[in-house]
Amino acid sequence: MISGISIYEILTVSTIIFFIGIYGFVTRKNLIAMLMSVELILNSAALNFVIFNKYLFPNELGGAIFSIFIIAVAAAETALALAIIINLYRLIMSLKTDDLETMKY
Amino acid sequence: MDLTYTVLIPLIPLFMFLFLGLNYKRIKEPLSGYIGTAGLLITALLSFYTAYRYFFDFGKVDEVYQKIYAFNTVWIHFTESLHIDMGVLLDPISAVMLIVVPLISLMVHFYSIGYMHKEPGFTRFYAYLSLFTFSMLGLVLATNLFQIYIFWELVGVSSYLLIGYYYEKPSAILAAKKAFIVTRFADFGFLLGILMISYYAQTFDFKILNDLDFINNLKMQTGIFMGLSVITVALVLIFIGGAGKSAMFPLHIWLPDAMEGPTPVSALIHAATMVVAGVYLVARLFPMFYFFDDGFALHVVAWTGAFTTFFAAIIAFTQYDIKRVLAFSTMSQIGYMMLALGVSGYGGHEGLGFMAGIFHLFTHAMFKALLFLGAGAIIHAVHSNYMQDMGGLRKYMPITHITFLIAALAISGIPPFAGFFSKDEILAAAFEHNFPVFVIGYIVAGMTAFYMFRLYFRIFWWNEPDYKHKPHEAPKTMTIPLLILAFMSIFSGFIPFSKLVSSDNVPFTAHINWTLAGLSIGIGVIGILAAMLFYKKEKDLSERFRYAFGDFYKWTYNKFYIDDIYFFVTKTIIFKYISSPFAWFDRHIVDGTMNGIGNGTVWISTKIKKLQSGRIHDYAMFFVSGVLIIILIVWFSINY
Repeated sequence: MISGISIYEILTVSTIIFFIGIYGFVTRKNLIAMLMSVELILNSAALNFVIFNKYLFPNELGGAIFSIFIIAVAAAETALALAIIINLYRLIMSLKTDDLETMKY
Repeated sequence: MDLTYTVLIPLIPLFMFLFLGLNYKRIKEPLSGYIGTAGLLITALLSFYTAYRYFFDFGKVDEVYQKIYAFNTVWIHFTESLHIDMGVLLDPISAVMLIVVPLISLMVHFYSIGYMHKEPGFTRFYAYLSLFTFSMLGLVLATNLFQIYIFWELVGVSSYLLIGYYYEKPSAILAAKKAFIVTRFADFGFLLGILMISYYAQTFDFKILNDLDFINNLKMQTGIFMGLSVITVALVLIFIGGAGKSAMFPLHIWLPDAMEGPTPVSALIHAATMVVAGVYLVARLFPMFYFFDDGFALHVVAWTGAFTTFFAAIIAFTQYDIKRVLAFSTMSQIGYMMLALGVSGYGGHEGLGFMAGIFHLFTHAMFKALLFLGAGAIIHAVHSNYMQDMGGLRKYMPITHITFLIAALAISGIPPFAGFFSKDEILAAAFEHNFPVFVIGYIVAGMTAFYMFRLYFRIFWWNEPDYKHKPHEAPKTMTIPLLILAFMSIFSGFIPFSKLVSSDNVPFTAHINWTLAGLSIGIGVIGILAAMLFYKKEKDLSERFRYAFGDFYKWTYNKFYIDDIYFFVTKTIIFKYISSPFAWFDRHIVDGTMNGIGNGTVWISTKIKKLQSGRIHDYAMFFVSGVLIIILIVWFSINY
């Protein structure tokens, strides 16, 4: 319990972060920026886990552990994504998604 | 006594076919000819030895010739009662065929070394000949109906291959196709007959099917169809198959066209062996033909034979292509054999017709093969099939002339040549059992003499045309078979056939009926003299007769327009009014449905494939909006 702050306010924050992430993912043309947006989405999810854990089941640690898990997965995913991005850059000298349309129909 | 070696009789030609067929590029002329002939010589010696031993050593037990399975093995096993066997059956008629088929085939193999000299595909020719010999031997030695059917189709295929031997000539291809389709069409009847008989008899086996007790039992059990026993219907269907192979009216149309093949092939397949397969088939099932419905099926055989023999003889009068004259003569003579079987009774002297039919098959094979091989020698010399290009050849080709004359005398039924004896027995059998058929046979005997000697005089006498190259006698490889066959044509009539072959396999004694024999010699001599009057010297007598007959001559010359009738029925009626609507239905309705499904799928996919743009943003948008929509749906469904 954090005094003076209800669960609704914190959930609002996490929702805002989530939709900023979605917005960034949809609008950005740069792969790195899109990757950062994905990180935002993941962090909002991790935040939700911690908050629900804290407010609903204060005596348990499942949500906190899950958020650590998400951070680990996000790190791994980022490493992988960066490796792909670097290779792509070497290949086509660009990170714009508009240049990556070869896999269409 | 071990007779397993008889398996080699058909297997050696099969081996030769594979050997020559697979090595046709490596083995050149004339080596392939020698190899093929040598292989066939072994087969022939084995066959003669087997036939000899069958007749004089082990075949007869208590004065009755036995049906012996020299070899029999289950080929395809379906169930305990339904299995298809392959084997070697020895009985009098198959032993006779064991003499005829390898002998003629050997002669033709030998002859072809000379005749096919410098032809392209020499080795291929010998491979096909071996294939044919294998199939024909398999057919005559078959132990059951299904085996005979299999080899029946195989001889059809070999005949197709050999008629179409000059496959660059359109007419040869058409003739090959015609022969195959017509006989195949007839074989459909044969197959139906086999299925019907085996359904009721529960067996394919000849030994059982020809057993008299078995036939009597079967008579009690079978159903009635249109007033006839079902077995009779089946036998008539089987006879349709036989009529197709043996060129009986109205399924004869393929035989004259089959003369497109090389002449030795005509001699082997379309004169001596394959075309008598129908006769052999009827003889093979003779007890069934005789005992069901008082021989109704046998009457069908007799009248078909009688009609064909007359019909073909008339056409033979007017043809100018010498091979076609011989083809129609073959039809006529096979009609004679059918007629003989058809008028035969069962057992002892009653079965004279049966014995006479097989006897005529034997002698006819000799002199007809001789005639064809002689015609081949003539064609070889003058490079034409037509009588108009021939005349006066007796001076240039003495051996061919003499042998051809012997064969012509034999087929005309002049003693002491072979044809006289067999024809006399046929006429005697017909005289005793069926007088109208006898009258037809008697008239045809005279007609045969006339058209054969028309051929003879027209080729060897008449006036010489201007030969571009001087005709020359054929090489030794061709004249030696002629001489051997001439020897057979003279003396094979003296074989006491009634001691060897009879309807119930019990030897009997047949006497020559000298009144009938005198009559038949008389009409034969009249025919020969008439032909001599017309054709020995060049004159316009035959022309005047031709005008006197007018339209009838034209009809005959065009073979009574039977080909055109077939053409009309198939092309105008079947193709136009039956096949075309079916084709329309198939093309527009059946194909249309299937094409519609395919085109619809393609159309939809072209419309929706734009969704897969390759841009990550689009996918993300779809994904997010999808999730939102699901959330909205869930939210609404929970709250309202």
